[in-house]
Amino acid sequence: MKFAVIVFPGSNCDIDMYHAIQDELGEEVSYVSHTDTDLSAFDGVLLPGGFSHGDYLRSGAIARFAPIMTAVKEAAQSGKPVLGVCNGFQILLETGLLPGAMKQNRDLKFMCRPTKLRVETNHTMFTSLYEVGEQITIPIAHGEGNYDCDEQTLQAMKQHNQIVFRYVGDNPNGSKDDIAGVINKQGNVLGMMPHPERAVSNLLGSEDGLRLFQSILKHWREKHVITS
Amino acid sequence: MSLLLEPNTSDIKDQQLYLQMGLSEQEFLKVEEILGRTPNYTELGLFSVMWSEHCSYKTSKPVLKKFPTEGKRVIQGPGEGAGIVDIDDEQAVVFKIESHNHPSAIEPYQGAATGVGGIIRDVFSMGARPIALLNSLRFGNLNTPRGKYLFEEVVAGIAGYGNCIGIPTVGGEIQFDDCYQGNPLVNAMCVGLINHEDIQKGQAKGIGNTVMYVGAATGSDGIHGATFASDELTEESAEDRPAVQVGDPFMEKLLLEACLELIQSDALVGIQDMGAAGLTSSASEMASKAGTGIELNLDEVPQRELNMTPYEMMLSESQERMLVVIQKGREQEIIDLFKKYDLEAKSVGTVTDDQRFRLYHKGELVADVPVDALAEDAPVYHLPSKEPEMYRNMQNMELPLPEVTNYKETLLNILKQPTIASKEWVFDQYDYMVRTNTVVAPGSDAAVLRIRGTNKALAMTTDCNSRYLYLDPEEGGKIAVAEAARNIVCSGAEPLAITDGINFGNPEKPEVFWQLEKATDGMSEACSVLSTPVIGGNVSLYNETKGKAVFPTPVVGMVGLVHDLAHVTTQSFKQAGDLVYVIGESKPEFGGSELQNLLDGEYKGKAPAIDLDVEMKRQKGLLQAIQSQLVSSAHDLSEGGLAVALAECLMDAEALGVNVSIESDAVTELFSETQSRFLVTVKPDKKEEFERIVADAELIGEVTSTEEMIVSDREENTVIHAGVKELRTAWKGAIPCLLK
Repeated sequence: MKFAVIVFPGSNCDIDMYHAIQDELGEEVSYVSHTDTDLSAFDGVLLPGGFSHGDYLRSGAIARFAPIMTAVKEAAQSGKPVLGVCNGFQILLETGLLPGAMKQNRDLKFMCRPTKLRVETNHTMFTSLYEVGEQITIPIAHGEGNYDCDEQTLQAMKQHNQIVFRYVGDNPNGSKDDIAGVINKQGNVLGMMPHPERAVSNLLGSEDGLRLFQSILKHWREKHVITS
Repeated sequence: MSLLLEPNTSDIKDQQLYLQMGLSEQEFLKVEEILGRTPNYTELGLFSVMWSEHCSYKTSKPVLKKFPTEGKRVIQGPGEGAGIVDIDDEQAVVFKIESHNHPSAIEPYQGAATGVGGIIRDVFSMGARPIALLNSLRFGNLNTPRGKYLFEEVVAGIAGYGNCIGIPTVGGEIQFDDCYQGNPLVNAMCVGLINHEDIQKGQAKGIGNTVMYVGAATGSDGIHGATFASDELTEESAEDRPAVQVGDPFMEKLLLEACLELIQSDALVGIQDMGAAGLTSSASEMASKAGTGIELNLDEVPQRELNMTPYEMMLSESQERMLVVIQKGREQEIIDLFKKYDLEAKSVGTVTDDQRFRLYHKGELVADVPVDALAEDAPVYHLPSKEPEMYRNMQNMELPLPEVTNYKETLLNILKQPTIASKEWVFDQYDYMVRTNTVVAPGSDAAVLRIRGTNKALAMTTDCNSRYLYLDPEEGGKIAVAEAARNIVCSGAEPLAITDGINFGNPEKPEVFWQLEKATDGMSEACSVLSTPVIGGNVSLYNETKGKAVFPTPVVGMVGLVHDLAHVTTQSFKQAGDLVYVIGESKPEFGGSELQNLLDGEYKGKAPAIDLDVEMKRQKGLLQAIQSQLVSSAHDLSEGGLAVALAECLMDAEALGVNVSIESDAVTELFSETQSRFLVTVKPDKKEEFERIVADAELIGEVTSTEEMIVSDREENTVIHAGVKELRTAWKGAIPCLLK
């Protein structure tokens, strides 16, 4: 499977994503510049964390206009897995590929710490290798991770099983309904604030994030076998 | 100020304008002698910044010379942007510490942020990829609004810059003492990784080569940063200008990535950061080091404001700028390279053969001085030094043994002291994981980062207990180095070298200069005995408010090499049943201790003594035991003594407790800060082998599975019986509580 890691000016978790795929998942991965316009050679698209364009405006608000975003939307429409983590999630929200918006953390401070998440559904291509209700440890590192949406959107997401991860215990950033990650209706675009790519090796504290990437790979392999 | 209003040479002389710029009468005469004429306003500006203490080390040079700077692993000692140490496999580690004290006192967020930005540039200008940031901070009283404000904003500034640029802030140390109330200390350290073949030097070689300016445009921010607060700041021109520079970490991220690509180009001849004294220091130092001259056309310098004068451009300390020297004819390659990162690279000058520093502006020659006069010929002062009366008094003072009636209560109170309390409130704001190499996060003795693609890792720490230095600068200087090395060893690493961040008061006071001499004597001796040479650093003097100096604070930033990831060790207890050892005996030493601070609210008497040979032997023994994988956890005994160390080892341990017994006097055993001691746990089946290697380790108890800390004396009376939860609540809650 071939993954693209999109690099915006100011992305800084691109290297983490790259090595999670290459070293821990053992699949092919390339950096793709925000100025490129074609993702047809890739089977999965990863939008990494960081501070695209410095995030001096609302996080992700400028990155959504990058030339590559048209190709990201096309990839999403064609059903390829698209994962946005942290700043990547914020960009997916700004692009409209996922519902809702992000506010500053409740305490108005950047926070970096391991968090406990509950896997709310495993009927997705990103979570099939987890148990429903399973608690996993994945770190967060953000200043704007306070997810918000209107009541109607929240009800619709609940109805369609679009809330994939929730914070367990302390809600670190004030997110509505403890939401840590959401997926689109089609089930192929996932955005999450916690960093699964930072939790792929026990040497660094947790490998609970690895199964997320393995789930993507499993889904692709199954699909690949059927279609070929 | 417009060019027309700029003072002419007779104004400079008549009104003694050089005094406002920080040049003395004698120094001004020396400038006149060098030039054979009176300098114009621009030239005077060049000399004033280059001859400032910050750039020339004119008063600290004689003491810095004493530092051992060579070692078998040292590739680059002091003198370049940062020092470099070999770590085998054609790899090297690059690191340096730098202070940003005065800017942080005026505008704490930007002062701290730009301190971080500056030290990062020092590291990548050597060609290295920055991999980690650390810091060393000193504040006054957290119970005062100003104390809180400075603390909160400095931490936010460090976080804001480091998080955005994507370099993990992995460690540091923070102490609180009243002497820092008006003058906080903010020292930032950056560690980078490099392959030997990529090492760059800041040299302007090759006559005719092109000098290029890359990065952010020049504005009039920070013009007064390096040297002086003259009355110019209050003139109409300065009304809306901050004296402190403003940082743009996003710009620096682009600059960092572009420069690291540039390093791979053979068109590059030399590269240097525009830090303190901006364009002036980078250009003149690069030429001086190469034995060449430089000519700059200031009309080509990217400018953020209209009508900037040569004086303003040359003295600006705008951030996120670099000066590079490129092979003649290959400028377009460099322009294209930087364009990929949305950055401008502009040819602004040429390397010449006549060792002159020449500036042109609007077709006119506006400065023409010898480069070495700026970079090398600053006067060096041997200031008078005098042993303060206070030192003698402290040495002669006999202190009674401190009286403690309730040991548990005392421990809880010490854990609540902000210097001892958990710094989680701080670390939580730092992205300490980005780039996914952080094996040991902030909070243990030293941070540890793996080196991707190898089985090696780097341990790093900053340390300095300035209370000991206040009582005895020489002994305290030794202890600062020794403690840093202890932290490195406890993490499973071999100490390699140090960078020093020297923060003192006004050196023109003989008592302060005496402190500087003694502290550097002590550090030099410790560096020699522990084989950790000084590979660079920074000097910040005049840290005073209302005539009172801060405690002498020579911060030690140390890096160590973990030869095998399996050696990585942390302070937390690991398993019930593990044996608890203390290495080294305690003596009744309470001068400068946390207990003294708690009970008396002041520091007095003698600082703890240190025997460097004992220190070295114990460190070697413990490292050998760790490398032989006999040790489950290791922690050095420092502020607060054994009681605090025991508690700290339980804070992050899961469902564990400890039960130990002490032999002699409980106050001394529990709270003395005798040096060269360690708290270590060992699996029972490794007992004999461990004791064979570490002969002076004393078995005091064991790790238990009940979440309690129990200390009993020889007669089996309970001295402390505390729940881990209440210890943790006191320790973790203290700083958030103080900030409410």
